[in-house]
Amino acid sequence: MSEAKTDLVDVQIDGVWHQFPKGTRMIEACRQAGVEVPHYCYHPKLTSPGNCRMCLVEMGMPARPAPGAEPAPADETGHLPISWMPRPVIACANTIGPNMGIRTTGPLTEECRKGVMELLLANHPLDCPICDQAGECSLQEFSVEHGKGESRFREQKVKKPKNVDVGPRIRLDDERCIMCSRCIRFTDEIADDPVLGFTDRGSHTVLTVYPGRELANNYSLNTVDICPVGALTSNDFRFQMRVWFMREVDTIDTNCATGCNITVYSRENKIYRITPRQNNDVNSDWMPDSHRLNFHWIESEARLTDPMVKIDGNHQIATWNEALSLTADKLAGFSGTEIAVIASGRMTNEELYMVGRLVKQLGIDQIDIVPRDGESDGYLISADRNPNTLGATLILGLESPGSTLERVKSDIEQGRVKALLVFQENLVEDAGFSPELLGKLDFLLASYPLANPTTGLADVVLPGACWAEKSGTMLNVTGRLQRLNRAVDGPGQTLETWEIVRNLISAMGGGNGIYSVAEIFKLLASEVPEFKGLTWGQIGNLGIPLVETGETIPLLEREKQRKAAGLIVG
Amino acid sequence: MSGITYKSGREPHAKEHRVVFRNVDRNGWDTSLKTYMSEGGYEQLQRALKMPRQEIVDEVKRAGLRGRGGAGFPCGVKWGFIPPTNTKPVYLICNADESEPGTFKDRYIIHQDPHQLIEGMAIACFAVGASLSYIYIREEFPEGASILEKAIAEAHAKGFLGKNILGSGFDLEIYVHRGAGAYICGEETGLIESLEGKRPYPRIKPPYFPAAMGLYLCPTIVNNVETLCHVKHILEIGADQWSRTGTPNNTGTRILCVSGDVRKQGYFEVEVGKVTMGELINDMCGGLKPGRELKAVIPGGSSAKVLRADETFTVGRGDDARKLTIWDIPMDFDTLAACGSMAGSGGVIVIDDSRSISWVLNNINNFYAHESCGQCTPCREGSLWMKKITDRVVAGKASPSDIDTLEGVARNIDGRTICAFGEACSWPTESFVEKFRSELIADTKPELEGAIVNAETLTAAAGL
Repeated sequence: MSEAKTDLVDVQIDGVWHQFPKGTRMIEACRQAGVEVPHYCYHPKLTSPGNCRMCLVEMGMPARPAPGAEPAPADETGHLPISWMPRPVIACANTIGPNMGIRTTGPLTEECRKGVMELLLANHPLDCPICDQAGECSLQEFSVEHGKGESRFREQKVKKPKNVDVGPRIRLDDERCIMCSRCIRFTDEIADDPVLGFTDRGSHTVLTVYPGRELANNYSLNTVDICPVGALTSNDFRFQMRVWFMREVDTIDTNCATGCNITVYSRENKIYRITPRQNNDVNSDWMPDSHRLNFHWIESEARLTDPMVKIDGNHQIATWNEALSLTADKLAGFSGTEIAVIASGRMTNEELYMVGRLVKQLGIDQIDIVPRDGESDGYLISADRNPNTLGATLILGLESPGSTLERVKSDIEQGRVKALLVFQENLVEDAGFSPELLGKLDFLLASYPLANPTTGLADVVLPGACWAEKSGTMLNVTGRLQRLNRAVDGPGQTLETWEIVRNLISAMGGGNGIYSVAEIFKLLASEVPEFKGLTWGQIGNLGIPLVETGETIPLLEREKQRKAAGLIVG
Repeated sequence: MSGITYKSGREPHAKEHRVVFRNVDRNGWDTSLKTYMSEGGYEQLQRALKMPRQEIVDEVKRAGLRGRGGAGFPCGVKWGFIPPTNTKPVYLICNADESEPGTFKDRYIIHQDPHQLIEGMAIACFAVGASLSYIYIREEFPEGASILEKAIAEAHAKGFLGKNILGSGFDLEIYVHRGAGAYICGEETGLIESLEGKRPYPRIKPPYFPAAMGLYLCPTIVNNVETLCHVKHILEIGADQWSRTGTPNNTGTRILCVSGDVRKQGYFEVEVGKVTMGELINDMCGGLKPGRELKAVIPGGSSAKVLRADETFTVGRGDDARKLTIWDIPMDFDTLAACGSMAGSGGVIVIDDSRSISWVLNNINNFYAHESCGQCTPCREGSLWMKKITDRVVAGKASPSDIDTLEGVARNIDGRTICAFGEACSWPTESFVEKFRSELIADTKPELEGAIVNAETLTAAAGL
């Protein structure tokens, strides 16, 4: 404790004394004190070049007495009077010192900000009406807060390349670029693909991609996120929607077991954009392009919108009651050993819990999920492409996910399993169940967001909500429990899987009284040892570490090293 | 010095005190090692290698040698900034990117007396413990680069460079690195970045003070060509003797380069502070051109603040305070600073009454707009803006309030940039506007106030 105390430094910010750990950057000290210092080039996860000059502040240190003179008396807080430097300093790259003073208001700082804003806008095209960044543009924001409101610039602006294809997913407008170099540093320091750079000099400087190369790495779209202006825009999102019309929902990515924290942007139930959301224990500030763009299928023509039952070999639309009553009737004709359930590592813990209940109620002993193994990309993509393998393993009590699938196949083949319930999986395409094999079943129920070869064979087809349309929790590769939040409503009669299973249980006369995901979570917390004592509210927006897996996320490990080396704030 | 003769028409002026330029324009002198050694060449290196390193550093400190590149920082003090606990390699870089307009001294050292520089560097390297050293020479000096390459090869062959120099156990390699034509490479951290193979974007200080975190993040000393030559002479005659030349705190000799409106432009090595501006212009440069009057002097390279011919300067404090006319200013570091300008790189630019001040300022602004590296906002956007305004002033397309804008832009650059280029490009405008406002305004047109003054906006406004 006493050691920790000596590492704290007294700093006065806008007249108020605070204490911060030694080595804190001035800009972070201000942030912690609730004072925002405007900035463009500074990013805590990247090195600090100090080039935008927007974070200039007034700084001072205790006055040194003249030789032979008595030091000035301390003030009522015990601090010596501060002697303010005539020149401003950048808050981003400078660290605090003992008894330092920082002024983020006052004539010098305000003049600096006004000056930098005027200079940044001098050659900027001011094409906000047609710029995708409008509404979330730091130039706009700081113009309002710190600008002069008018320009003295009477000259012809510098002309630069526009609508430049720098890669398959990104477009560059060099006239909008303010040369903060965030994108250059990201591609160099994080993505290990330093294809961006500046050419020419002075006011004619242009951001460009190395001749013959393109910005094509799987993390390229992060440059669009960190671009403080509209210079880099996403081909996918470009001109699709004004940002201020969109609704933002914080949730998690389900493309792999990392569970990148994300924000889903939608309007009128349509998703327009997904961006990473900062979580320093999961994905830092980044996410892979392949994951963030994997949402257009949600609007696919192949979406299942209504329950269907197969009558005379043809699927007919049915009500949920009809479909579930039929299912209940059919299942009543089988013993527990004649039924198998294939659930999914893409399901939430709450959905899996409900499946577990169903299994228990019917005395089913064959339950598994379909594994999705790939290779880690060495950054954020986990080798496990299921977002919740860990949850499925714990909640369903699986020894080794996917290990019993072959037995299920042979049991179907040999007629020992007569009914199969499939939730959120496509067995034909993803698990090697041939249509002939599935044809041997007496009863097949398949629930999935999209029509697929498996649902095509099913006696009962149930439209399941996709990841963006449901809420719940998942456990990522490091054992972190994270919340998935519903961003949009599913189409038509779609239901979340926990609702489907709950309704099926009640159609079969089982107990009920479950009306929300939070209620299921309460049951989880009382029944599954790892979840013991947890509450829904405890999980928060950033999740909590729940189980030790010993797994790490490669990109985070490298960021930790850079932070330890003092290269980044982290 | 007896017996030395100089080429006809290139003889040193009587008021010169030639040390570093002793062999420049000298009859019978060439760049060969043989010639250099015929007059005691590399003897100081041999002496130095037998001295304790700290003694050399102390000697340079005691001499009071101030950097001749522009900032005038004490050389020995700079050397002392290498952290005492350092375990990394130390580098010494000779800054031969002489590119401040109005400055043309280093090129003559390189072209005519390269071994003097190499000996000075070798002594300096030994003193600071550098075994690898670079001469960063500007692209525009191709001949200088090949002369240096040849001189280094000769010195190498004689064992003055390389492994175990003269049996001392000290190793040193010097490499010549040619720039690619950018003024900013004269800024020491920009130079270091360039040497590392990157764009010469100056580094932020803190934390990247070269003496602690320089080339490859190792302690690095960057000294100007002329400064390094002086190291040899300090050793030769001793700090006491050396510092007897010049004036207190402005010791030694330095080379002034005079260009512009004088009868005889050229370079003059003088004792610092022993020659006044009047003596320099009237005696050494043969005075102004016939019938002309002095209008202004830029005393230390184009980035120095301009001095107006009819100004009265007050220097000194209290009882020492005295008033000076421009003619009385002793050409030293401290007085020029007290006059509100700087000795800078020693490039004295003389402007007579035939010149349009708007044209002069525009000329300077053109240079800095072209040379701004573009890394940080104020200088990148401001330098071109200032140029565009003075373009219009010269073209008669500016209004009086543009002069206020011009000054405002300069003030938004000054003190707010990563490197000193911000001051370099804003001080000319600040000082010209301050001292010649009425002349600049006389070139503007009040009727253009509020008018559209650029073709692009005119076209747009006309709906074409």
